[in-house]
Amino acid sequence: MSAHAATAHAHAEHHELGFVRTYIFSTDHKMIARQFLFMGLFMLIIGGLLALMVRWQLAWPETAVPGMSVFLPDTGGILEPSTYNMAFTMHATIMIFFVVMPILAGAFGNFCIPLMIGARDMAFPTLNMLSFWVTFTAGLIMLGGFFVDGGHAAAGWTSYAPLSAIPQYTGTNWGQNLWCISLFVMGIGSLMGSINYITTIINMRAPGMRLFRMPLVVWSLFITAILLLLALPVLTSAVAMLLFDRTLGTSWFRPSGGGEPLLWQHLFWYFGHPEVYILILPAMGIASEILPVFARKPIFGYHAMAFSMIAIAFLSWIVYGHHMFVSGMNPALGMAFTVTTMIIAVPSAIKTFNWLGTLWGGRIQFKLPMLWALSFVWMFVIGGLSGIFMASTPVDIYIQDTYFIVAHIHYVVFGGSIMGAFAGIYYWFPKMFGRMLNPVLGHLHFWPTFVFFNVTFFPMHIIGVGGQMRRIYNPMQYEFLQHQQHWNVVMTVGAICLGLTQIIFFVNFFWSLVAGKKAPLNPWSSNTLEWQAPSPPPHLNWGPTLPTVHRGPYEYSSPESREDFLPQTAAPARAGASRH
Amino acid sequence: MLSWWLPENVSTYGQDIDWLFHLIYWITGITFILVTAAFLAFLVIYRDRPGRRARFTHGSTPLEIVWTVVPSLILVVLTLLSAPAWSKIKMTMPPTDFVLEVTAKQFNWQVTYPGADGKFGTPDDKTLLDEMHVPVGKVVRVNLKSQDVIHSFFVPNARVKQDAVPGREIAQWFEISKPGKYEVPCAELCGFGHSGMKAWLYVHTAEDYAKWAAEQLRAEAAPAADETKVAATPAAQTGGNATR
Repeated sequence: MSAHAATAHAHAEHHELGFVRTYIFSTDHKMIARQFLFMGLFMLIIGGLLALMVRWQLAWPETAVPGMSVFLPDTGGILEPSTYNMAFTMHATIMIFFVVMPILAGAFGNFCIPLMIGARDMAFPTLNMLSFWVTFTAGLIMLGGFFVDGGHAAAGWTSYAPLSAIPQYTGTNWGQNLWCISLFVMGIGSLMGSINYITTIINMRAPGMRLFRMPLVVWSLFITAILLLLALPVLTSAVAMLLFDRTLGTSWFRPSGGGEPLLWQHLFWYFGHPEVYILILPAMGIASEILPVFARKPIFGYHAMAFSMIAIAFLSWIVYGHHMFVSGMNPALGMAFTVTTMIIAVPSAIKTFNWLGTLWGGRIQFKLPMLWALSFVWMFVIGGLSGIFMASTPVDIYIQDTYFIVAHIHYVVFGGSIMGAFAGIYYWFPKMFGRMLNPVLGHLHFWPTFVFFNVTFFPMHIIGVGGQMRRIYNPMQYEFLQHQQHWNVVMTVGAICLGLTQIIFFVNFFWSLVAGKKAPLNPWSSNTLEWQAPSPPPHLNWGPTLPTVHRGPYEYSSPESREDFLPQTAAPARAGASRH
Repeated sequence: MLSWWLPENVSTYGQDIDWLFHLIYWITGITFILVTAAFLAFLVIYRDRPGRRARFTHGSTPLEIVWTVVPSLILVVLTLLSAPAWSKIKMTMPPTDFVLEVTAKQFNWQVTYPGADGKFGTPDDKTLLDEMHVPVGKVVRVNLKSQDVIHSFFVPNARVKQDAVPGREIAQWFEISKPGKYEVPCAELCGFGHSGMKAWLYVHTAEDYAKWAAEQLRAEAAPAADETKVAATPAAQTGGNATR
């Protein structure tokens, strides 16, 4: 671990940095984490407003969306079909690439990895800074697409060719081009981040921090980084090919020039399915981190948890064809993908049962991070089980491209990833900003979010089974869907309430940032290393010596200690007493 | 509960799909109830109360084996049960003399009947827009094509869905068991007119269909009948047979 000598040296030379190097072009992993968090939260507002536009149109088709007459003066605020297509395309694009990824992988990856393995910073701090600013640039390019002639991309977040490959088919020209360019740039930023995470975890663990003493959130981020490293370049190449088809006249995906539309789907989903696990694995890690702390009990089946994530990482490469069962891909191949898809459900089941096992016999404290983590587990169960319907190819024939799929992805990405992100924000906010979030406002945020999330997304299962196709502009155009239109109204009312509830979160977040109660060193009595550093930790995290790790991260209520927690750094009472 | 919302099934293989749907519905439903019951029970029983210490345990290998093996077995059985229906619907083509060509375009379904000679690409072909007529109780083969972007041929009541991909011809079959009028929406985003792109599938009794065909298909096609022999070697026909 020669890296430590170098960082210790750097620490000795540590001096006050100027404003720009501290807050803007910072190489401190904790500042970069905050930057990713702020970027993700800002984009969450945009992505959420786009979702509300979509929901308004579905509940009350072709009526003016309140407040939209400012942006759409020609129609008086009514969404036209092309604007509607743009709204759901950009909702998904922004939520996936610029909200969930920056917050879960960007913010928590940056904040947790060095602190929780006992490093002073990332392996490549400058590359880390660059990774944020490249992703930030990608975000600006993506937002720029809203202001170009012809509107933003409107071919769905999946941008199936040839709809996306030939401008005349959608009527969007530079919008779709900027979509490609932005994702290309984002892919480069993600590459920089993932290389950094992997190197840091492999090389820079503190003395005694063996791989199987790492907190599970670090395991999850490690595996996420490997998936990012291998999956994102496929998307990066695919969007470059798409851009060339659109602007340079190549024919990768255009059948008129000898191209193959299904090639896009193969490339996109080869990236896209690992991507789903990129979105959910860090949330699983966060839940695995928080449940033991607030159940005051070791995680159930630590090794099973780590190995099931490794299994997911391997299997996620060979399941992607389940997105293409009715695409025209050889149906025999569809059969093969059914087998792998059914298998990948097993590690998720193992994780769920181990979370339940963690609660069993615990001493459960219902504090805010725990409430979010518990609702993550419960909602993920629904999202996981609904996935089994799609894994069965014959059933998928019917529910493919219906709202059942939309329900499934929102239970996984909102009920899973976003609730996991909230769990993480409530849990690490004291360490990240040195102040506590207000618990009253926190409860006012949690309970309505939980209720309205279900009001918004559960009925999607029902209308999906009823046959409502995703991405349609007006369900009332179809006779077989008209009888279930009232559900669309229910869901939209739920979505509006869900959106309004988030205002409470933003008020709490920014108010606590400035005026919250000062956070103690270890407010939740946790074992992991980050809670041994000051709140917030200084540049380079630790004092002159690095922490030494003596045990695993979840020794809660251990008989070795009179208290109900035993930090990883606490020296063993007698030599060789701790084996785990 | 969910099953009440499935639209009425009118195709022969639709019941295979619905049976699997209900099977998975019960398996996942029961799993959900059991997991939720355990989850809520643990939250109540093991809530923080003064004077109690949490149980210090790192897990249980027998339990890990049980909850790895049991879901695996259930999922393997589901895979095995899914295979026959999939192979019947998508991998086999029952013999039939009723063949239609459906060519999707932004934003219509163009339905072509081969005419008296039974061949496509001949002058006696008849193309209808957003309208499709078939007899009940007969295997219908649809050769799906697209002339611009990807569309998806969806008949909710018949549990049929297949993407139409430009540059390919994809054969698909169904057999409807109940006469009626069914909607055929496009299920894959195909542009600003995606919503509202739909056809009507009219399923007639054998007599009604014969009457309809005599009026709509043969009458107009008759004058062109002599030319059929001349133009009898179109590429579309050979291409259609070559698919799968």
